[in-house]
Order: sequence, then structure tokens, then C-alpha cells
Amino acid sequence: MAEGVRPRVKAPRSAEAGEVVMIKTLISHKMESGQRKDSDGNQIPRSIINRFVCAFNGTNVIDVTMEPAISTNPYFEFEATVPEAGEFQFTWYDDDGSVYEDAKPVEVG
Amino acid sequence: MNFSRRETMALGAGALAMTMLPVQAFAATGDDAIAEFTGGADVMDGGVTLTAPEIAENGNTVPISVEAEGATAIMVLAMGNPTPGVATFNFGELAGSQSASTRIRLAGTQDVVAIAKMADGSFAKASQNVKVTIGGCGG
Repeated sequence: MAEGVRPRVKAPRSAEAGEVVMIKTLISHKMESGQRKDSDGNQIPRSIINRFVCAFNGTNVIDVTMEPAISTNPYFEFEATVPEAGEFQFTWYDDDGSVYEDAKPVEVG
Repeated sequence: MNFSRRETMALGAGALAMTMLPVQAFAATGDDAIAEFTGGADVMDGGVTLTAPEIAENGNTVPISVEAEGATAIMVLAMGNPTPGVATFNFGELAGSQSASTRIRLAGTQDVVAIAKMADGSFAKASQNVKVTIGGCGG
């Protein structure tokens, strides 16, 4: 597991049923591209988060396939529909097999 | 073995063609990625909006956003990067809009391309040139 990985999500605590809300996510991760070389000229192996998924009560909102060209500390901003009260689930998949998760409950009304 | 002038010229041209080959192969990878995504289908201009800065001072973090109404997926490519793929956004049932923003790395001044796969199976494309002052690769 890569060190110091911390997911941060900004999502509203409450919404109207059917409302479209803005979600912002940021996860601290060095996103080593596999292109860089260390001071001895050795290639630093690739180590990135390769997939990000957001779902609401198990229904998919967005599924992003990520390549090494995504910046350090990957940031995503997107919109989601809130059909009912429930929970947003956020999942990040690391190259090394680690899975980072976060969840944000949303009230309706 | 003696070469006539004509044979020497032909050899030279052949050698030149050989050295050109890897360059062409490198340039084609972005197009290959597009072909893989679209399955060889025609790509129309318009219908997708790609927002990127004209000049990015730091190639390590260039903010971009894509939007394509009615798209099921949007692929973003940086044509001048060592690996052209950047990200593919697949929109689910509960996506509030077919738009997303993120930050990307660019190795140098180049075209950024967004290709949207529409719900009806057609493809749309947008591209923008971004000037990069400090590249985001190597170090």
C-alpha cells in the first residue's frame, strides 16, 4: 500500500429527491508515472491509482479509468442525481491491489 | 562489389525510410488508442466540449474538463505524451450530467483530444492545443 493515501470527498449532506448535486473528490497519492528516473538513472516503477468509481446506493454514477497522465493527488469533479436518501460510495483502486474507500450519507428533504 | 550512383541513392533512401519508421510508429499510438475506443467507426467533430487552458505554465497539473450531452463514455488523450491515454470517464445511470473535471500531466506543448461515445453508438471529437511552459514528465 502506498503511503499517506487519504481520500477527501465534498458532497452535500442533504438534497431534494431527484436533485443533481456536485461532487468533488481528491485523494492524496503520488501517482508515479513510470517515466521518471531517480538520481542514479534508474527508472522509478509505475505506481498509480488506475480506477475510480462512484456509486449511490450501489447504482453507478461514474467509473473512471485512469492512466499515468493523471496528476499527483487525483482530483475529480462531477455531478450526480440523488433519487432518494442514501449513501454515496467512493472507491479507488491502486496498482498494487490496495482499495481505498470513502462514503458520504445524503438526507432527502 | 561496386555500386553505381543509382544503387547508392536507392540504398540511402532505404536507410532514411528505416530511421523514419520508429517516429511514425510513435506518432500512431494516439490514433491506435482512438481506433481501439471507436472500433474504427467515424468520428464527427462537435457535440463534445473540451475545456483546457491555452497556456499551461506547469505541465504537471493542467486542469481540464469535458462535457458531452448524451454520452455514455468520454476518453481523453494527450497526443504528445509518452503514453497518450489520460482517462476514460464512463457515466452511470445516476450521473447528473455527462461532464467531469480533473487535472492531468502534459509532457509538452501538444493537442489534447476528447472523444465521446454517444448513447446511439456514434462518436464525437474535440481537440485543443495546449502550450506547456514546463513539461510534466521526467525529472
